[in-house]
Amino acid sequence: MIVELGHVALILALATAIVQTALPLWGARTADAGLMAVARPAAFCQLGLVTIAFLALTHAYVVSDFSVENVAANSHSAKPLVYRISGVWGNHEGSMLLWVLMLAAFGAAVAAFGQNLPETLKATVLAVQASIAVAFTAFILATSNPFERLDPAPFEGRGLNPILQDPALAFHPPFLYAGYVGLSIAFSFAVAALIEGRTDAAWARWVRPWTLAAWVCLTIGIAMGSWWAYYELGWGGWWFWDPVENASFMPWLAATGLLHSALVMEKREALKVWTILLAILTFSLSLLGTFLVRSGVLSSVHAFAVDPARGVFILAIMVALVGGALTLFAVRVGALRQGGLFAPISREGGLVLNNVLLITSAATVLVGTLYPLALETLTGEKISVGPPYFNLTFGPIMAVLLVALPFGPNLAWKRGDAYAAAQRLWLAAAVALAALVGTMAIAWRGPWLAPVGIAIGAWVMAGALAEIASRIRLGSVSLGETRRRLAGLPRSAHGTTLAHLGVGLMVVGIVATTAYQSETVLVMKPGERTAIAGYALTFKGSGPRRGPNYQEDVGTFEVTRGGRPVTTLNPAKRLYDMPKQPTTEAGIHAGWRGDLYAVLGDAQQDGGYAVRLYFNPLVRFIWLGAIIMGLGGLMSLSDRRLRVGAPRRAAPRVSPAE
Amino acid sequence: MTRKQRRATMIGGGIAILTAASLLVLFALRDTIVFFHTPSDVIEKKVATGQRFRLGGLVAEGSVKRGAGTAVEFAVTDTLKSIPVSYTGVLPDLFREGQGVVAEGRLEVSGRFVADSVLAKHDETYMPPEVAKALKEKGVKLGAGATHPGQKKP
Repeated sequence: MIVELGHVALILALATAIVQTALPLWGARTADAGLMAVARPAAFCQLGLVTIAFLALTHAYVVSDFSVENVAANSHSAKPLVYRISGVWGNHEGSMLLWVLMLAAFGAAVAAFGQNLPETLKATVLAVQASIAVAFTAFILATSNPFERLDPAPFEGRGLNPILQDPALAFHPPFLYAGYVGLSIAFSFAVAALIEGRTDAAWARWVRPWTLAAWVCLTIGIAMGSWWAYYELGWGGWWFWDPVENASFMPWLAATGLLHSALVMEKREALKVWTILLAILTFSLSLLGTFLVRSGVLSSVHAFAVDPARGVFILAIMVALVGGALTLFAVRVGALRQGGLFAPISREGGLVLNNVLLITSAATVLVGTLYPLALETLTGEKISVGPPYFNLTFGPIMAVLLVALPFGPNLAWKRGDAYAAAQRLWLAAAVALAALVGTMAIAWRGPWLAPVGIAIGAWVMAGALAEIASRIRLGSVSLGETRRRLAGLPRSAHGTTLAHLGVGLMVVGIVATTAYQSETVLVMKPGERTAIAGYALTFKGSGPRRGPNYQEDVGTFEVTRGGRPVTTLNPAKRLYDMPKQPTTEAGIHAGWRGDLYAVLGDAQQDGGYAVRLYFNPLVRFIWLGAIIMGLGGLMSLSDRRLRVGAPRRAAPRVSPAE
Repeated sequence: MTRKQRRATMIGGGIAILTAASLLVLFALRDTIVFFHTPSDVIEKKVATGQRFRLGGLVAEGSVKRGAGTAVEFAVTDTLKSIPVSYTGVLPDLFREGQGVVAEGRLEVSGRFVADSVLAKHDETYMPPEVAKALKEKGVKLGAGATHPGQKKP
């Protein structure tokens, strides 16, 4: 009964979305306030209906209602409650429902917080947002209905893939989707601006918080996914350039670009046309990500059942939305007024460079992700494009971006002084040089590029601090005055510094882990000792242990360092009851120096075990950097001037189309 | 600088970056890609020895022999042809006789494939799509264990 209620609610949500697309759009064209006013309640209504549908499915999972095909295929009554709930989005149908729920939530948020948006703009934005909802709700109902019943109902479900029964992965998809789907707001605003034929600084001020919120979610979501892959897959790595990782990384790169170009548009009314185009492209990459993951065209750990109907449907949605938006862009772009002028060496110039490099890097990732598909379609040759490709293309572009990064915030708007910026950065340069020399001294046998990478990370961090230091005139005025200036800085300034600090920290972590990882594979019998990266490990043997829904064989390693006991590692090989699938549980000793990472391989005939050990130096910095970046985003989001729905000081500075 | 000069500078800079990136991509695509072959491909196309590629198929029944340490030998088959593989390291959880596998490495003159990585990242009843597809093209009938029930990571 509840399941049918959910199904009906979803159908009603589709109807509501159709109404929310058609009426307000028509109202905005004919200046009919009554029709435009439909958008707001419709957005709330849509959120309510999709929430009912989502809760209905969640209920079916919680009570293990195996008469629902989706539950039977992806759940099991013996699963812990949290994984029965996360199982809702651990499959294709449920995750698409989550996608639509996020979409409705963002639409409702615009309706709730956008009280001070001009009526026509608000109506158009909500209508465009609803049109995306129409497409995806129809997709769910037509090809991936999670409310399909099964008759007769099986006695027990097939269970969730065990590698997904994990806390980080339970919350990875919701964050990732909030990020993907949050970018739809920027898209809707861009399309609305094109329909209305005007954009201005106020438009950018409305768009930026939404993009920022989506970006924060995407950052956290990707970091969670990477962390999960690190400790759950047992491969000792944290990023594999897997097509599905790329699918989430490309929108992140574009969204990072969009954040920065919207800044230029807000502060200087420049880069209007580019920002609109970027908003469209960013959401297009989100859609492409959804398509790649959902259509099963890629061979990947993530690929769902290969159902051509679904792929074709999502491709059609993509072509309609992206093609429509780009066509609109081509037709209307002439109506947009060109913005302010600036010299190449200026804050704007720096942000343009940021955008060019970020988009270029996203393009190289796109080529690497789609090339195997294209080649197979055209020639039938099957190839794989792996980390070497991305290191060779993405790496250098990022290096240029990171070296240029500290200059940007230190340049003035409109016309900057490169010499003055360089002067402010001399201390940062000294820190980078010290990092270079220090790294060479500690690890002189490593790859020669690694110290340069560490130095770049230090340069980015020191540069971020140098910018704040110069703004509060650290050292040149009294300490009290410095403190007063620091308190007086807008939160967005702190946000920028934090985010850039996070980037630098992450770079240090990535370079250190990649260049200085130690790995050893050997066979160990109980009582045997081995050493890695200054640690001594003694294998104490292994024994069986019973978990809630799995049986495991747990190895025990005693770890000492310089004769003193450090920890006991317990890597395990698990066999889940349902589905009967083995997984590897790595034993990890995490520390600031790095992580000691042990994996128990298969038992050998002579009573030993194959054992794989890694030492990943500074690997924590990668996720810590991501968290700091996210905090920077939140800090910036809490800035009064940016707050969603904050009252505007002056009358809207809306410039009519010429 | 005049408006025109400014614009020229920016466009010039943009084009320079794009050109550099395109060259990098072309260079990387020539040098870093890895081809995928089934055992029949390897024998029919006479894949050159020493060239890095991915070998995909099923682990032949009864072929897995463990040697000293973590050394292991097995054969990859597409049911028509089969190629011996040697590998040193920890095998993935899902490595099993009769199941799909993808090994990456080089072919030796003796016809033995020396793998430096072995992938089997899929669930019990699942086969890597490229293996399933390649086998289908060869007209190999797949058993019930070789269908795609779908992976479940969103």
